[in-house]
Amino acid sequence: MSYQMEGHLNLEHDHHIDTSKPMEYSTEDGSLRIFGFWVFLGSDLVLFSCLFTMYILLFRNTAGGFTSQQLYDYPTFLSETFLLLTSSFTCGLATYSMRRGWKNAVIGWLIVTVLLGLGFIGFEVSEFLKYVHMGATISKSAFLSSFFILVGTHGCHVSLGILWLTSIIIQVARRGLNPVTTRKIFISGLYWHFLDVAWIFIFTVVYFMGKVL
Amino acid sequence: MSPAVKQWILNFFPHNVLELGADGAIILASLAILFVLTYFKKWKWLWKEYLTTVDHKKIGIMYIIAAILMLFRGGSDAILMRSQLAFPNEHFLSAEHYDQIFTTHGTVMILFMAMPFVIGLFNVAVPLQIGARDVAFPYLNAISFWLFFFAALLFNISFVVGGSPDAGWTSYTPLAGAHFDPGPGENYYLIALQITGIGTIATGVNFMTTILKMRAPGMTLMRMPMFTWSVLITSIIIIFAFPVLTVALALLLIDRLFGAHFFTISAGGMPMQYINLFWIWGHPEVYIVILPLFGVFSEVVATFARKRLFGYSAMVVSLLAISILSFVVWVHHFFTMGAGVGVNDFFGVSTMLIAIPTGVKVFNWLFTMWRGRIRFELPMLWTLAFIPNFLVGGLTGVMLAVAPADYQYHNSYFLVAHFHYVLIGGTVFGCFAGMYYWWPKMFGFKLDDRTGRWAFWTWIISFNVCFLPMFVVGLMGMTRRMYTYPAGLGWMPYNLIETIGAYGMAIGFVLMVYNIYWSIRWGERDLTGDPWDGRTLEWSTTSPAPEYNFAVIPTIKDRDHWWYVKYIEKEEEKTKPAFKPIHMPNNSGRPFIMSAAFGLAGFGFVFEWWVPAILGLLIVLICMGQRSFEVNTDHYIPVDVIERTEAEAGRL
Repeated sequence: MSYQMEGHLNLEHDHHIDTSKPMEYSTEDGSLRIFGFWVFLGSDLVLFSCLFTMYILLFRNTAGGFTSQQLYDYPTFLSETFLLLTSSFTCGLATYSMRRGWKNAVIGWLIVTVLLGLGFIGFEVSEFLKYVHMGATISKSAFLSSFFILVGTHGCHVSLGILWLTSIIIQVARRGLNPVTTRKIFISGLYWHFLDVAWIFIFTVVYFMGKVL
Repeated sequence: MSPAVKQWILNFFPHNVLELGADGAIILASLAILFVLTYFKKWKWLWKEYLTTVDHKKIGIMYIIAAILMLFRGGSDAILMRSQLAFPNEHFLSAEHYDQIFTTHGTVMILFMAMPFVIGLFNVAVPLQIGARDVAFPYLNAISFWLFFFAALLFNISFVVGGSPDAGWTSYTPLAGAHFDPGPGENYYLIALQITGIGTIATGVNFMTTILKMRAPGMTLMRMPMFTWSVLITSIIIIFAFPVLTVALALLLIDRLFGAHFFTISAGGMPMQYINLFWIWGHPEVYIVILPLFGVFSEVVATFARKRLFGYSAMVVSLLAISILSFVVWVHHFFTMGAGVGVNDFFGVSTMLIAIPTGVKVFNWLFTMWRGRIRFELPMLWTLAFIPNFLVGGLTGVMLAVAPADYQYHNSYFLVAHFHYVLIGGTVFGCFAGMYYWWPKMFGFKLDDRTGRWAFWTWIISFNVCFLPMFVVGLMGMTRRMYTYPAGLGWMPYNLIETIGAYGMAIGFVLMVYNIYWSIRWGERDLTGDPWDGRTLEWSTTSPAPEYNFAVIPTIKDRDHWWYVKYIEKEEEKTKPAFKPIHMPNNSGRPFIMSAAFGLAGFGFVFEWWVPAILGLLIVLICMGQRSFEVNTDHYIPVDVIERTEAEAGRL
C-alpha cells in the first residue's frame, strides 16, 4: 500500500512511518492516540452509565407533573434517531474513503455527517424548547431533571463533535491526508460512532420505554 | 445588587481575628513570592522551565511541591480543629467555622494533597522505570497538572472570598443542597473538585496508555517494576471511578444552580443516590491513593533488603483483586442507611475479602525482608513504620466491616482513627517513602539522614499519640465532626493527648521542611545516578535524568533489569553507543492558559456570574481549537546535543 503525501508537515524527519499499517496507525504517535482515545471512551461510557442509572431511578418521579407519555412524540424522536444513525453511516463512509486515500470523498462525507448532526441538534433543541414552553422545565420534577441532563449531555457531546469534525474538515482540505489528519479522522469517527451507540440506548431506555411501553 | 455580590463584598471583610490572620498570611505570602521572583529576575526562568514544560519529571516535581504546600494547608486546619477540641466547652472556633475547617481539611488532604502527591510520584518514576522518553501524551499531562493547580487555587481562595464549603468532605445531600446550604461555599467544593477530576481522568488515560504501549523492548508485563504495575492498576481504577464523581458533582451543582431535583427531597429527588454515587467513586478513590504506595513499598523493600521482591505474581494478582473488589464495597460507608440485612451482608463480606489480598501483600513485604541485608535508610524507615500502622488501620477496618457492629462505630472517633491510620499510616508514609526514595532522581542529591530521622521519629510517635486515643474516645461515644463537647464525660484527657500529638506532627512537618532545606544546602550530591544500589531502570540513568531520559533505550532482560546488568551480566562492553536524534514534544504555554481559563470559568460558576463563566469556557474552547490546528508540536534533539549531554554526565 502506498499513500499520497500532501501538506507541509515535517514528515521527512519522522523515521518511524510503518507503511504496512493503515496510515492513521503508521506512526507511534498515531497508534498511541488511538489507543488512548479508546481508553477515554471507556471513561465516557461510565459517565453515561451513571446518567442512565439516574434516569431509570427517577423517571417515574414526576412529582404530579408531566409524564414521559405526555411529552415525547414519535415524529421528533424518530427523526432524531434517523438523522443520527444515518450520520454514523456517512461517518463510516468517510473513514472508508480515507483508507483508500480519496481526499475529496472524505471531505464530502464529513460535511454530510456534520449536516446530519446539525439536523439532529436542531430537532433536539426544538424538542427541548417545546417542553420548556409547555412548562416542563428541568426544575419541575426529578424525572425532567434526569431527562434533560441525560439527553442534554448526549446533545452536548454531539455539538462538540460537530465543532471537532468541522475543524478536521478544514485541516484535511488544507493539508490533505497524512498520518496526522487520518488519525484525527479516525479518532473523531470513533467518537461519533460512540455517540451513536449512546443514542441507541437513549432511544431504547428513554423514548421507547417512555412512550411505547 | 444581587445577593451574591453583596455576600461577596461582605465576605471580603474578615469576620474575626483568625480569618484576618489567614487572609493576611495569604496576602503576605503571595507578595513575598512575587517579590522574590522579581528580585532574582526569575519570571522568565519560571515560565520557560516550569510553567510551559511538558516534561514528566518537572511536572512530577511541581505536583509534589504543590502537595507539600497543601499538606501544610490541610495540616493547619487539623491544628485548628485539635486546638478547638483540646478542652471541653471551648469557643476558640465557632460551630460554623469548625464545620468549614473540617470540610476543607478532608477535601484538601484527599484531593489536593494525597492525589497530587501520588500522581507526582507517577510522573517522577513511571516513564523512567519502563524506559520511555516521556508519557504518552505530554501536553495532556501538563493540562492535568494545571487543572489540578487552578482547582486547588480556586478551592483555597474560598477561605478568603465568599466562605468555605461546610458540608463535610463528602458533601452529602440534602445538607449540601441549595435549600440547607445556600451561598458560594459548596459551589467552590463542587467546581474545584470537578476541575481537578477532569485532570485526573486525563492522567488515568495517559498513564494507562504509557504503561501498556511505551515499555522498552523486552519489558513484558510480568517484567514491569511493581510500582509501574500499581500505577497501571490505579490508572484503570481512575478511568472507571472518576467519571462517577464527575456525574455526582455535576448533578449536585445543577441542583444548586438551576433548581433541578436530582437530590432534593421535594419533586421526587433521591438524596441517597448522591451518597451512592459519591462512594462508588469514593471507595475506589481510597485505593487510588493507596495502591501506588503499595508499589512504592515494594520497590523500597526490595532495594533496601537487597533481595528480589518476594511473590511478584502474588503481588500482581493481589493488586488486581483489590482493584476489582474496590468497586463492590461502597455501601459499607453507610450501613446505617438501612439498606437491609441482605445488602449489608454482601457489602460487609466483600469488604472483609479485601483484607485477604492486602494481607498477602504484607506477608510478601515481610518475606522480602526475611534474611535480607537490610539497610535502614530513610525510605526504608518509612516503609517499616507503614507496616504496623497500616495494620492497625486495616484491622479496625475489618471491625468496621461487621455491619451490626458498625451501628456502634459509625461516624464515631473510632472511624476517624481508623481512616487516619490507613491514610496517614499508609498513604502519607508511602508518599514520604517515595519522596525520600526518588528525591535523588528528581534533584540529584539525597535528603539528609540525620535531620530526616528527627523528622521521622517525631512524625510516627506524634501520629500514634494523636490517633491511638481516638479509638478509645470513639468507643466512649464521641462522634465525628462535633465542634465541642461537655465536661464530665471523661473525654478530656484523651482529647488533650490527641491535641498534643497533632502539635507533634506539626513539629514533624517543620523538621521535614528543615530536612529538605538542610539537604538543599549541604546534602550529599548523587553523581552516580544510583545512590541506593537500585534494581530498576530509573537508577541506570543520571540523577536528575536528562530531558530525554535515556540516550539509548535499553533492551530489558530481567525483572530487576538494572540489578541484572550490574551484578549478573557484568560484561562491560564499553563500545560507544550509536545515538540517533530523539523525538521530543515542544513546550507549550497553552495548558497553563487553558487551565487558568477553566479556573476563571469555575470562579464565575461559584458566584453564578455568567460573564466570566462563559468567557472562561470560551477561552478553553479556543485553546482546544488552536491545539487542533497546531503543526509544530514536537522537535528532534540532534545527536551532537545528546553526545554533549552524555559527555558532561561522564557517561561516554
